[in-house]
Amino acid sequence: MIRTPDRRFLLKAGGAFAGGATLSALLPGWARSATPGLTRPAALTGEDIKLTIGHAPIAIEGRRGHAIAINGTVPGPLIRLREGQKVRLAVENRLSEDTSIHWHGLIVPFHMDGVPGVSFPGIRAGETFVYEFPIVQYGTYWYHSHSGLQELMGHYAPMVIDPAGADPVAYDREHVVVLSDYSFTHPHTLFQRMKGQGGVFNLQKQTVGGLLAGRDQTLAERLEWAKMRMDPTDISDVTGAVYTYLVNGHGPADNWTGLFAPGERVRIRFVNAAAQTIFNVRIPGLKLTVVQADGQHVRPVTVDEFQIGNAETYDIIVQPAEDRAYTLVAEAVDRSGLARATLAPRPGMSAEVPPLRERPLATMKDMGMDMAAHGGSAGGDHAGHGDHAGHAAPAAAALPGTAPPRQRGSDVMGHSMEMLDYSKAPQVKTGPGVQMIAPMPQDRTGDPGQGLESVGHRVLTYRDLIALEPNPDTRAPERALEIRLTGNMERFMWGFDGFKWSEGPKPYAFRAGERVRVTLVNDTMMTHPIHLHGHFFDLVHGPVGHLPRKHTVNVLPGGKVTFDMTAEPGDWAFHCHMMFHMHAGMFQVFKVRPAEGAAG
Amino acid sequence: MKTLLLAAAFPLIGGAANAQPADPHAGHAGHEHHAPAAPAPADPHAGHGTPTGSAADLPIGSAAPPPTPADDLADRVWSSGMDRARTVLAQEHGGMRHLNGWLDRFEVRPGSGDDAYAWEARLRYGGDINRLVLKTEGEGEFGHGLEEAQVQALWSRAVTAYFDLQAGVRQDLEPRGRTYATVGFEGLAPYWWDVEGALFLSTKGDLSARFEVSHDLRLTNRLILEPSAELHLASQDDPRSGQGSGLTDAELGLRLRYEIRREFAPYVGVHYERKFGDTADYARAAGEDAEETRVVVGLKSWF
Repeated sequence: MIRTPDRRFLLKAGGAFAGGATLSALLPGWARSATPGLTRPAALTGEDIKLTIGHAPIAIEGRRGHAIAINGTVPGPLIRLREGQKVRLAVENRLSEDTSIHWHGLIVPFHMDGVPGVSFPGIRAGETFVYEFPIVQYGTYWYHSHSGLQELMGHYAPMVIDPAGADPVAYDREHVVVLSDYSFTHPHTLFQRMKGQGGVFNLQKQTVGGLLAGRDQTLAERLEWAKMRMDPTDISDVTGAVYTYLVNGHGPADNWTGLFAPGERVRIRFVNAAAQTIFNVRIPGLKLTVVQADGQHVRPVTVDEFQIGNAETYDIIVQPAEDRAYTLVAEAVDRSGLARATLAPRPGMSAEVPPLRERPLATMKDMGMDMAAHGGSAGGDHAGHGDHAGHAAPAAAALPGTAPPRQRGSDVMGHSMEMLDYSKAPQVKTGPGVQMIAPMPQDRTGDPGQGLESVGHRVLTYRDLIALEPNPDTRAPERALEIRLTGNMERFMWGFDGFKWSEGPKPYAFRAGERVRVTLVNDTMMTHPIHLHGHFFDLVHGPVGHLPRKHTVNVLPGGKVTFDMTAEPGDWAFHCHMMFHMHAGMFQVFKVRPAEGAAG
Repeated sequence: MKTLLLAAAFPLIGGAANAQPADPHAGHAGHEHHAPAAPAPADPHAGHGTPTGSAADLPIGSAAPPPTPADDLADRVWSSGMDRARTVLAQEHGGMRHLNGWLDRFEVRPGSGDDAYAWEARLRYGGDINRLVLKTEGEGEFGHGLEEAQVQALWSRAVTAYFDLQAGVRQDLEPRGRTYATVGFEGLAPYWWDVEGALFLSTKGDLSARFEVSHDLRLTNRLILEPSAELHLASQDDPRSGQGSGLTDAELGLRLRYEIRREFAPYVGVHYERKFGDTADYARAAGEDAEETRVVVGLKSWF
């Protein structure tokens, strides 16, 4: 089945070390501020594309930082291709360490997938590696390093593939918005600090001052949570205390601006290239019509805000009618900071930047302990918090995002629940890496994401996503597989089924072509954006034949996500796209081989 | 440029309603949030499979999973380099080792007589499960030199989500050089109490124990009040070192620190010590007080 390439595409490069590093003033055209939008020549196109990985100085809000960059900029160049073409991408490594590029969301032969140690040996210092594969899809994607912590230092860039036929999405202008996070502290140091102290970057913990002022949890709630050694403010591991949140490489004060003419339909292609940040995205004053998720067309759905997990992409259409500036806000999920940009008819304009909203508090539901919501519905949960408070009203009335605010003091169980009952997940390896087994995990694909339950406007949920085109495979699954997302926030250990990849767990095995129902259960208190390489998987909700197809899915804390997948031959990385979680061990491999007895 | 298609196919674009097929899953109550404004379009996929069925209701087969392949496909493609890449992959996905160090206490205790000083520090190196831990603590008075100083070298192993077992040796430098074997634990107890306990068996056969507990009470996100307690116990009476058997002495502390950064926090506080039983009698016989309260000023830091 697997063809060995005729030759090994490794060419010795000249060995010259990165010479002329460029500053962000030379950002690619699409990423420059006050850009009129995408213009075809501004992207790398064609069948032969050259990329260079090297060190580069960058400037964010006037402050100099160090980056590992593609072609000298952060983000790197936009690659724009067309469905049906072939492409050769020569990647030259000018670093003194290995590098790699993974084409996130692209369906490629597994040995072109770009994960050192799984799909290929990596690109050694000084070498040039040539990726070569056909483009078999359309959509908004991105590409990034899968080596070390390089992605966290700037090694990422967007990719747009135009459909072979007519584009079903109508638009007059398009922008690419790459969201990311950048720390002037080296990511190795951030990681070492997190190993040294749980919650080290969280400067929004609950305080005695808050208790006396009547904020946050009540004393009874705090005691219940403290007894369990769980911190409801632990929303993000790395926060605005050390991160600057970026739009196309620009900090909030840099105010990246995308231009429009009033009345135009503007398509914005969002990519969350952040290392460790989930964003809540909105443009006050504009409705956002989501037309694509993870590169796959969906039936248009109009919302006011959406949450985008690491590595997800969303295409939206906005139609700003007024001759004024609009602020694009991408708030970090823990509300410790925001990325900000402006849509404006002319350069130099700006609109009000809304203040950060109050940071969310995790609830019993985020521990998979919400008795009230359990047994009810999955989708009805967004209003379910009220149940504790005696609002017995069915949750059915509220649109996602518009649930009544949770009543203070309502998040108590009043009785103890076994938090580490391994009999609920017998496949999980016991040990210090597992802090909790969610007692009653729920399908939370109808939830808008942490902190968005009661924001007073319509928020996107996964259940809003319906594939525009018919699904290619509508068979019933031949078997089911459950994978638990496990971790220990105090030790900053993360894994699947209790294993870190370094512990040598058995990879998950599949027969080529088999249809498998996979359920991801989140046994931790944090959202994990889980990415499967080489596949689109179909989220199991809604009608057969039009399930939304994704390459990365946020699994909310205490929640579960179920998808059907058709196994593609190859060895494929499967991991959390929180890069520090992956680095800590939350990484696995799906090994897909010809079925027993099949030729090959 | 491209203006036509979607508008024609989906007149709702830009409108508030989202096209939704009829919800076959209504009993699940999972879709109640969809705006009911637009009538659901017919499923264009009708006739293929179960047009009105929900994917969640598909029957799931019971096929056995295939055996786990022992080989890596990449080895069939790439003639060399995969072994090294796999080693790096494991190291970089959970296999890292880290060095962390804590200066938990580094303080001066002004007194009516000579000012005293004390320190407590740890150094930790290793992975998530097995680590080398070095600990040192001691105290003294300016002008009188060290009163107490000890170092420990421990192998520390994570055994549960919150607790490590530790075993190794302790060497006292003051009040007299003595060596101990030690076994103990360190971890986080419910209600966020940091706890630590150890047994010590000296080369002379004396058995003693120590138990410490502390808690961070966050007044604000940077101003933190840390109550702490420490108990010492001994199995033998040892008049030469002024130590009785049983509970020998206890320390209570209350320190208020300000975390300029998480890793750097000056503090002020109160330190109270009391000797008990024979230990107290020995102290009084030597003309010392059996209890003492001192103000402390110090620095807590870590990396």
